[in-house]
Amino acid sequence: MVASYVPLSYYLLLSGFLFACGVVGFLIKRNIITIFMSIELMLNGVNLSFVAFAAHWHALAGQVFVFFVMVVAAAEAAVGLAIIIAVYRTRETLNVDQVNLLKL
Amino acid sequence: MNPNLNLWLIPVLPLAGAAINGFLGKKSSREGVTGVALLFSGAAFAMALWVAARFSSLLLPYHEFVAHWIRSGDFSADFAVYLDQLSLVMLLVVTGVGFLIHIYSVGYMWDDPSYYRFFSYLNLFMFFMLTLVLANNYLLMFIGWEGVGLASYLLIGFWFTKDSAASAGKKAFIVNRIGDFGFLIALFLLIKHFGSLNFDQVFQGISPMSPETAGAGLLTAIGILLMVGACGKSAQIPLYVWLPDAMEGPTPVSALIHAATMVTAGVYMVSRSHVIFERAPTALMVVLIIGTLTAFFAATIGIAQTDIKKVLAYSTISQLGYMFMACGVGAFSAGIFHLMTHAFFKGLLFLGAGSVIHAVGGEQDMRKMGGLRSYIPFTFLTMSIATFTIAGFPPLAAFFSKDEILWKVFSSEHGSWVFWLIGVVTAFITSFYMFRLWFMTFFGDYRGAHVDPHGHGSHGHESHEGGEPHESPMVMLVPLAILAVLSIVGGLVGIGNRFDNFLAPVFELPFRTVIVAAQGGNTPLQPAQSVAESGHMELYLTMVSVAVAFLGFYLAYLLYHKRQDLPQKIADAVGGFYEAVVHKYYIDELYAVVFVKPLVEGSTRILWQDVDRKIIDAAVNDAGDGARQVSDEVRHMQSGNIRSYAGWIAAGSAAVIAFMIWMGVGR
Repeated sequence: MVASYVPLSYYLLLSGFLFACGVVGFLIKRNIITIFMSIELMLNGVNLSFVAFAAHWHALAGQVFVFFVMVVAAAEAAVGLAIIIAVYRTRETLNVDQVNLLKL
Repeated sequence: MNPNLNLWLIPVLPLAGAAINGFLGKKSSREGVTGVALLFSGAAFAMALWVAARFSSLLLPYHEFVAHWIRSGDFSADFAVYLDQLSLVMLLVVTGVGFLIHIYSVGYMWDDPSYYRFFSYLNLFMFFMLTLVLANNYLLMFIGWEGVGLASYLLIGFWFTKDSAASAGKKAFIVNRIGDFGFLIALFLLIKHFGSLNFDQVFQGISPMSPETAGAGLLTAIGILLMVGACGKSAQIPLYVWLPDAMEGPTPVSALIHAATMVTAGVYMVSRSHVIFERAPTALMVVLIIGTLTAFFAATIGIAQTDIKKVLAYSTISQLGYMFMACGVGAFSAGIFHLMTHAFFKGLLFLGAGSVIHAVGGEQDMRKMGGLRSYIPFTFLTMSIATFTIAGFPPLAAFFSKDEILWKVFSSEHGSWVFWLIGVVTAFITSFYMFRLWFMTFFGDYRGAHVDPHGHGSHGHESHEGGEPHESPMVMLVPLAILAVLSIVGGLVGIGNRFDNFLAPVFELPFRTVIVAAQGGNTPLQPAQSVAESGHMELYLTMVSVAVAFLGFYLAYLLYHKRQDLPQKIADAVGGFYEAVVHKYYIDELYAVVFVKPLVEGSTRILWQDVDRKIIDAAVNDAGDGARQVSDEVRHMQSGNIRSYAGWIAAGSAAVIAFMIWMGVGR
């Protein structure tokens, strides 16, 4: 084992920063693809904290979770991109403010 | 051990008949319906006769387990048969008179469009009545009790398109419900204190108890509550009001249900519960007073009725009063004796009245009859026998049974000469109003219009060739003849206390001996006089009752045959009192004001307009309106803008996390 290693809090701060970037991007961006990428950013922020904890506590469950998240994210990406293509074909725009028919 | 007699078949046979006619009768012919109805009710009667023939070889009481019914904790009630001398008498009366009335109905109802429905109901009634009689526990008895009420309701309202018939049916059902309430509470008390409703177990639990001579206790309460039930079913004061209205039903129904069998169920039930009543002198006194008052009161109303069936209805109430008088002095076998003879002669009276009504084309008002004896000689003959019987002329049936009751009322230590006197006066009134009916119907000149050739008003009987009153068909006359014979000889079984002795095992052993032993051998229900002395006394009293029967006959002869102007003068002379009697003492009106009107008003004003509309409906409506208003406000959150949704999610997550940190979750 290396005597000096990166402390857990560093990882968590980076993870929180990534997640916050994702949230902010999600809230302020209008392009649906950017929003989609922000979601991936949030997921990876969370993944980072999972593996950080897994390494810290020497517990494999966190790493297993990360694999699950990656699989779900991949499936979600496929479905999400398909939806985006469908939306673009019908609405001819990627601006979410113009895709607002679903309301009362 | 007894052989298995399969007695459960006796009630189930008429049930099968009811089911077959009820489900298939509409499509089958009248002959087919008749065949089924008579076959199954006749089979029940034949089986009852077969049981009676084997009766002496049986070990009594005979028990027969049929099927499990209710098993709940320590409590159990089964479908099981209990047969003793009392059940046997009831069994024979119900199946025998029932079968005769089935035969009679074939003629009476032949042209009714709902012929099959009538016989289905009639068979159904037989099923429930036989269940009531053969039950081995109070709960099964109660099933029969309610069932005969249902059949009664269906048959009173048989011509349900007629408004008065429909409401008479409802009235009977509702008034009976009041009585059943008392009966049910009595059953609950029995379950609570004896843990069972089986006759054997209940009576064994009660028999060690000593009579509640001082004050009133549990047995008194149970006894009085049972009597409340009996008052409803057997039309006693204050619940008798349904029976006169029940005459809206077809006449065979009046004969079977509202004269011969169902209304006597209360007498049977009280007699069956004699173990309870014997230990509750106060309850016995209540029974005696109710019976005496009803007998007298109903008889006086009978004087002024002009509808032939109403006269008989009040007469039935009055005679049931006699039966309860007998029960009230502990002379249960005398009550059952009168129950039996009453089934014969009152059944006959009603069937005869049906024949009269049939003859004059559906007219029931005696003022429009008269002189019918030459038109319908056979009906006249049988009606005369019945009239002389009910009036108490020796040696006809009611002479024996009514006299037995009056003697027991006089001599028993529970009775007194006051009740005897009222009973004798009632006998006089009975004789008077029955001969009034007899003279008005059969003597003098025919006062009615010529018979309507187009059928019997709303009754829908057969249509006639028109013209004069005519005799009924043979199928109606044969039951009349048989019942007439029974009315003549039915009382002979009472000679030398034979009927009394036959029923003695039911009413004396083994429970009576228990008290006798407990009280040092002095039986409480026996008169203390010596045999010879009481024999003389009995003879004198009998002469008095025969004398009043003749007196009633003579008075009716005087007023309604010889001097037909007199009744109107007397009526004018007593004025208001006569009016009150004609209007049945305004009891119906009183009940309407005291009970019905407050109930209807209260339901309308308070329960409907206040509770239902202003509270229940309002609560539901306000809940709906409130949900809609709140939704109307919050629906603006759903803008369709994805980023605003994302904002809400972020804000919500932040709020949840903040809350968790604040609450210290996970620490």
